[in-house]
Amino acid sequence: MKFIKFLVLGIIFGIVMTKSEAVSWFRIQEMFRFQAFHMYGIIGTAVILGVIGVALIKKFKIRDFSGNEILFSPKDKSVYRYLIGGSIFGLGWALSGACPGPMVVNIGYGYWAMAIVFFFALVGTYLYGVLKNKLPH
Amino acid sequence: MIEFITQPWSWWFSGMMIVGIMFFLLFFGQSFGFSSNLRTICAAAGLGKTNKFFDFNWRGQLWNIVFLIGAVLGGFLTKQFLDTGAPVQISQETIQDLSKLGISEPESLQPNEIFGLDAIFSLKGFLILSLGGLMVGFGSRYAGGCTSGHAISGLSDLQLPSLIAVIGFFIGGLIMTFLILPLIF
Repeated sequence: MKFIKFLVLGIIFGIVMTKSEAVSWFRIQEMFRFQAFHMYGIIGTAVILGVIGVALIKKFKIRDFSGNEILFSPKDKSVYRYLIGGSIFGLGWALSGACPGPMVVNIGYGYWAMAIVFFFALVGTYLYGVLKNKLPH
Repeated sequence: MIEFITQPWSWWFSGMMIVGIMFFLLFFGQSFGFSSNLRTICAAAGLGKTNKFFDFNWRGQLWNIVFLIGAVLGGFLTKQFLDTGAPVQISQETIQDLSKLGISEPESLQPNEIFGLDAIFSLKGFLILSLGGLMVGFGSRYAGGCTSGHAISGLSDLQLPSLIAVIGFFIGGLIMTFLILPLIF
């Protein structure tokens, strides 16, 4: 039962991503070609409201539903892993037109080709695990 | 009301809904980061036996797997009940640029040239899908997050690493869009 709220949030996420067309390869191409405001509007709105909300959570030490303070752990300081890893992610994002969330939303929508993309995303994740100690971080 | 819902949603409403999901996840004691699921699935598949990176208590991440299952259902429900089937309304410039690559203008959500059955069973189509997925999976774990973890959650918390990651997303995305796609299409 405790998982139902996450199922509901996931369903809403899937609907929002589809109805906003953010799961579309066309929209991702349009974004990387800077030919429409749409994707920037979606991410920009989320980030601006997110910055305000996170600042308020920190300022007023807002607690979650079980009474624990909501904490944000700073990510490890580095440049390499974020710049190189991010660039490899970007290459894949522009090619397949989907980041991990939209991949599974597309599968639900009926684009079976995305199951191939998702499977190879798992392979890529495993490959990272194998090569992790040899990569600059 | 139904007509309002079945239309494509505006950017501001979609952005509000996405950040709303992030805040609900925080309120439920978790955080918004989708690509962690890829590592969790590898761990659940038993790959922790051969690689330490996948040897962790993945059951603690089950809530996120449930979120993933919900996302699949969300895509399915939209297709069944909330969809007009109208083509994606991208800009004319994009349609023209893509036609030069041999991608015809949108008839639905995705281009047939990449996601149609013919494409899946051609060598080139399969390579596009598999290499795309491979780079997303590898890159998101290397960078420690994807669009949800870095661009939404990380930037909301004003994390410099997330800004660097998002700059990386665009370096890779622009190289693919302007240098590599013209070579492969």
